[in-house]
Amino acid sequence: MTVLVVVEHDRGTLSPATLEALAAARTIDPVVHALTLGSAADILAGELAAHGAAVVHQVHHDLLSDFGPEAWGESVAQAVRALQPDSVLACGTDRGNEVLAQAAARLDLPFVANVISVDVADVWRVTRVRWGGSLLEACTLTAPTKLLTVSHHAFEASESPAAGTTASVTVDLDPVLARTVVAERVEREAGVTLATAPLVVGGGRAVGSAEAFAPLEELAGLLGGVVGCSRAVTNNGWRNHTDQVGQTGTRIAPDLYMACGISGAIQHWVGAMASKKILAINTDPEANMVTKADYAVIGDLHKVVPAITAEIRRRRG
Amino acid sequence: MRVLVCVKRVPAPGARINITPDGLAVDTAYLAFTTSPHEECAVEEAVQLVERHGGESTVLTLGPAEADEQLRYAASIGVNKAVLLPIDSAEWDPQRTATAITTAIRTLEAADGPFDVILFGNESADAGNFQVGVRVAHALARPIVNGIKGIEVDGDSLKARRESDAGVEVYALTMPVVLGVKEGINLPRYPTLKGRLGSKKIEVGQVVPEAVLGGQQMVSLVQSAEQVSQTIMLGNGPEAAPAVVDLLEELGILK
Ligand SMILES: Cc1cc2nc3c(=O)[nH]c(=O)nc-3n(C[C@H](O)[C@H](O)[C@H](O)COP(=O)(O)OP(=O)(O)OC[C@H]3O[C@@H](n4cnc5c(N)ncnc54)[C@H](O)[C@@H]3O)c2cc1C
Ligand SMILES: Nc1ncnc2c1ncn2[C@@H]1O[C@H](COP(=O)(O)O)[C@@H](O)[C@H]1O
Repeated sequence: MTVLVVVEHDRGTLSPATLEALAAARTIDPVVHALTLGSAADILAGELAAHGAAVVHQVHHDLLSDFGPEAWGESVAQAVRALQPDSVLACGTDRGNEVLAQAAARLDLPFVANVISVDVADVWRVTRVRWGGSLLEACTLTAPTKLLTVSHHAFEASESPAAGTTASVTVDLDPVLARTVVAERVEREAGVTLATAPLVVGGGRAVGSAEAFAPLEELAGLLGGVVGCSRAVTNNGWRNHTDQVGQTGTRIAPDLYMACGISGAIQHWVGAMASKKILAINTDPEANMVTKADYAVIGDLHKVVPAITAEIRRRRG
Repeated sequence: MRVLVCVKRVPAPGARINITPDGLAVDTAYLAFTTSPHEECAVEEAVQLVERHGGESTVLTLGPAEADEQLRYAASIGVNKAVLLPIDSAEWDPQRTATAITTAIRTLEAADGPFDVILFGNESADAGNFQVGVRVAHALARPIVNGIKGIEVDGDSLKARRESDAGVEVYALTMPVVLGVKEGINLPRYPTLKGRLGSKKIEVGQVVPEAVLGGQQMVSLVQSAEQVSQTIMLGNGPEAAPAVVDLLEELGILK
């Protein structure tokens, strides 16, 4: 077997990043094997086949009824020992990276996180992202089985029908691994989140206070969007960290990002760069956010933002 | 309660990350240094755990002699002890780093007793290998969960909380534990003048690391393709509002 893809799912709901990992796997070998953990994932076999999985190896165990980094990592490690693939690919997500790190530790193998390209040779050369995507690293990977995660958005998911024959892999999990299986879960309330909002109005240090975000809230509300912010804002305690855009915050991808009083430091930019369009509102025409944006207004956000809101109200009559 | 927190010294780039001409390192000639925000929060959490439950906190780094700066910063906000694992370069590969840290932890624990909680950042700011903490925890046969945004201690057990796409996940763990912390778990304090002066005086312990190379070796750094866009100027000040609203209509955002 050449390449095995670890399928990421949440109680049977497929993570879209898995389809990107399958696409990446097909660049290594057209015959792709997939691995699903827990019986809740059995229903995914058809969709995996449609995206190129020739064989779907299924693992069933009581400890896999919900997510647990150690139970998942140990299952991957045992599947690798049983199936002997040349390489294993998982998603470059929080879960994917955590599970492969667990598997790598258990197999005592190297693990390269967030890869964007693979050059298969005697010694593999891979390119991976550093700094959350602001910089790339070319590295060599020497190992009997290569463990990698695929950086999100580096490969495009596409259909490529394959047999999707199911097979079963037996694992023997130490009951002690139950210690890191999710104990409780509070489901997220439905609604627009920062990560999925079609419009984000971002505020930076120049907003000045928690209260001064009210005009940004008002504008975002009028347009069905949400408010985001820079780390300078969360560090000052003006807004909760859940609103932070960037390398250590949320990656956003709205139709329009209105960045108000944000300088555009590279760690902020990396979280905003997937926006379809960016409009910067800044007093400094030389600010990085302004020079990288698609559109800009040069001026004081405290005057420009209310003026935009007023103009929208005027046109709506 | 004995708490250990592991941090990594990294450059703090501004608008752009520049690479040295040989392509092997970030050009740090004009840069300050810091740690990942995740690690800043891990340090704050270590201090808070000891404030709440008593005991002692220790900060550890594997890095060049200059990483003394990051250790003393942690001390300036209240960490009690500091340990440097000196190396000649800016970083080691993740397997080698993890082995060295594991050995150092064993040495520290043999001398002063086990750590109840060991904190890592979710990922280092520069390399982002997403694995050093997991490898160390596995080598020590302790549980680890990453992405933690809340810790609640109750006797010798604790609840660790993290956010996922689906909602909030809670893990119930018994100490000793290892946790990978994410920014947002707390709001790190700034050092006081007294804290800063005190941190100059603490003794930084050293454990000389020894570990073999891992299977992942960096060849070169490459600038990622920069998005170039011709910025369209919509105007100056509030007078630009009509042009902005025209744009909102054109993009279909204002219907
Ligand atoms: C490892 C690491 C990770 C990081 N992760 C993140 C992250 O996830 N997210 C993040 O945001 N940052 C992150 N940072 C911090 C980042 O480097 C910057 O410090 C931060 O983004 C700056 O925030 P800012 O743009 O709001 O503030 P500043 O850089 O201070 O910029 C303020 C801007 O407002 C403009 N301005 C001033 N007055 C006005 C006015 N009246 N009207 C309009 N404009 C005005 C100024 O011209 C300037 O451009 C990280 C840093 C490190 C080292
Ligand atoms: N050189 C180092 N010294 C101390 N801790 C480190 C070092 N490298 C990584 N770590 C810790 O391990 C975490 C994960 O790092 P990484 O695997 O590189 O993403 C970091 O957030 C740090 O807490």
